[in-house]
Amino acid sequence: MTFSDDKLKEVERIIARYPAGKHKSALLPVLHLAQQEFGGWLSSDTMDYVASLLKLEPIEVYEVATFYSMYNLKPVGKYLFEVCQTGPCMLNGSDGIIKYIFDKLGIKPGETTTDGLFTLKTVECLGACGYAPMMQMGKTFREYLTEEKVNSIIEECRKNAAANN
Amino acid sequence: MGRKLLLEKDKVEGIRFYDVYRREGGYRSVEKALKTLSPDQVTDEVKKSGLRGRGGAGFPTGMKWSFLAKPEGVPRYLVVNADESEPGTFKDRYLMEFLPHLLIEGMIVSSFAMGSKNSYIYIRGEYAWIVDILEQAIAEAKDNGWLGKNILGSGFDCEIHIQRGAGAYICGEETALLESLEGKRGNPRIKPPFPAIKGLWDCPTVVNNVETIAAIVPIINEGGEEYSKIGMGKSTGTKLISACGNINKPGVFEIDMTISVEEFIYSDEYCGGIAKGKKLKACIPGGSSVPILPANLLLKTAKGDTRLMNYESLSDGGFATGSMMGSGGFIVLDEDQCIVKHTYTLARFYRHESCGQCSPCREGTGWMEKILLRLDNGQGKMSDIDLLWDIQRKIEGNTICPLGDAAAWPVAAAIRHFRDEFEWHVLNPEECLRRNYGLAHYADPRETLVTA
Repeated sequence: MTFSDDKLKEVERIIARYPAGKHKSALLPVLHLAQQEFGGWLSSDTMDYVASLLKLEPIEVYEVATFYSMYNLKPVGKYLFEVCQTGPCMLNGSDGIIKYIFDKLGIKPGETTTDGLFTLKTVECLGACGYAPMMQMGKTFREYLTEEKVNSIIEECRKNAAANN
Repeated sequence: MGRKLLLEKDKVEGIRFYDVYRREGGYRSVEKALKTLSPDQVTDEVKKSGLRGRGGAGFPTGMKWSFLAKPEGVPRYLVVNADESEPGTFKDRYLMEFLPHLLIEGMIVSSFAMGSKNSYIYIRGEYAWIVDILEQAIAEAKDNGWLGKNILGSGFDCEIHIQRGAGAYICGEETALLESLEGKRGNPRIKPPFPAIKGLWDCPTVVNNVETIAAIVPIINEGGEEYSKIGMGKSTGTKLISACGNINKPGVFEIDMTISVEEFIYSDEYCGGIAKGKKLKACIPGGSSVPILPANLLLKTAKGDTRLMNYESLSDGGFATGSMMGSGGFIVLDEDQCIVKHTYTLARFYRHESCGQCSPCREGTGWMEKILLRLDNGQGKMSDIDLLWDIQRKIEGNTICPLGDAAAWPVAAAIRHFRDEFEWHVLNPEECLRRNYGLAHYADPRETLVTA
């Protein structure tokens, strides 16, 4: 397991943001990069690789990876639906969105569809309270969710997955 | 129409990009500061402005800057707190997404005042696309000579770097943020020492909110004294309010802190009234941590004065009958909303976000969540309400950082003002399961105050 040359250069650029000797600061950004490059989650092997790359003890990586909610510690589907359920989203019907995804895909929060395409995760406030209900999908926010909108997102994902196969 | 200092140009096409931003008068404050003022004079302008930290605590910004230690040969750092995570708050996101250069401009001037040659933006991990927007703005600023070596021939060097978090509310607490920026778990530090003495990599550091740093631009352009004339009392300048919940026009609004809460909720210029023609039941005016107020206490203070959208008026009456300006996350609940359920979602949030360092918070937040869940499901007992009150009191003030208080206050305020709604859940277990909403009569402003 290793990053491509391009990604290794990116790691160097990240480390250059900090004063000499403070390369541990690169840990969060490099873990983001590793998760993106190595299948959407952080296996022990991935974390050990990041530790060796940044010259840290593996435990320093594990304790960070387990603290922050954006690092996935087990495999996730190709498309990760992270639905916000905190106060303002609840007021605007997030419970209904979570239930609709269950009805549609048969997955509860924390589960992945058997075809490996979708994982549902409930999350706490993502800072989109005025555009509720919402979910995060990869790098983007999907806002003002309705059942129709969720439906078309699911269709869009299925279409993209089919096109890539 | 209120005075706008930050969002005056947010609708100008292309304002996200350097050329348009500059054409519209951008980066004037950098020219003014670097060419005509000394670093201490910049700090003096900020002091004169009366600007208070916009992240939630409301601490005077100029004073915070003046605490910064300046030992010889030790670097100093400005770190911008863009870890916006308080439920109800999405104003910094708006600023960064639509006016990225305003933040960069404010950072250059602020870095000059502090002598920070490497300044950081710590942004919450979920705002991934905004990182790209900010990186482009930084590159444009650098290409045009506003960052780098010897800016405008002043001898001042400055670089801005972005650090992405990874999903942890606690990293909005300034010492947890610094831990995270050092590549560690976001466990808050014991203060003192304060970051101004020992912050990032043990160097003197100022951590300021995005909106605070953006406000430096109009303060330098117009002068601290002029800025201080806007608003009233100790609520000077303008404030961004992110409004959400059951309103017609959720969004980010800039207000000049002289308008009333009633105007803010019902005027078409702002929230546009309660959605679906319903009545106002309650509101959390400053982000999920601050006390919720029933409609009657929200619109008028206990003394009967009109409540205004500013620091002093929102906190009038203390926690018994008032609330706080906080982060400006304005959450409105209509008559059909259930206070118990809403409080449960907030308790769950704080349990999820507790870093686990202090036992009152680690254990207490989970305990409160469990009790609130069973009350919401009609499985609670009357004694649970007193138990909740007892737990929140034992969390408040007994933790290293304010997350404990932030978790305790919403529960306390919900019981203080809506105790009979909790009791209703105990007395009507079947009905609260079937309807899953609360008592609409709260929406009618009541004659007498209910306090616990």
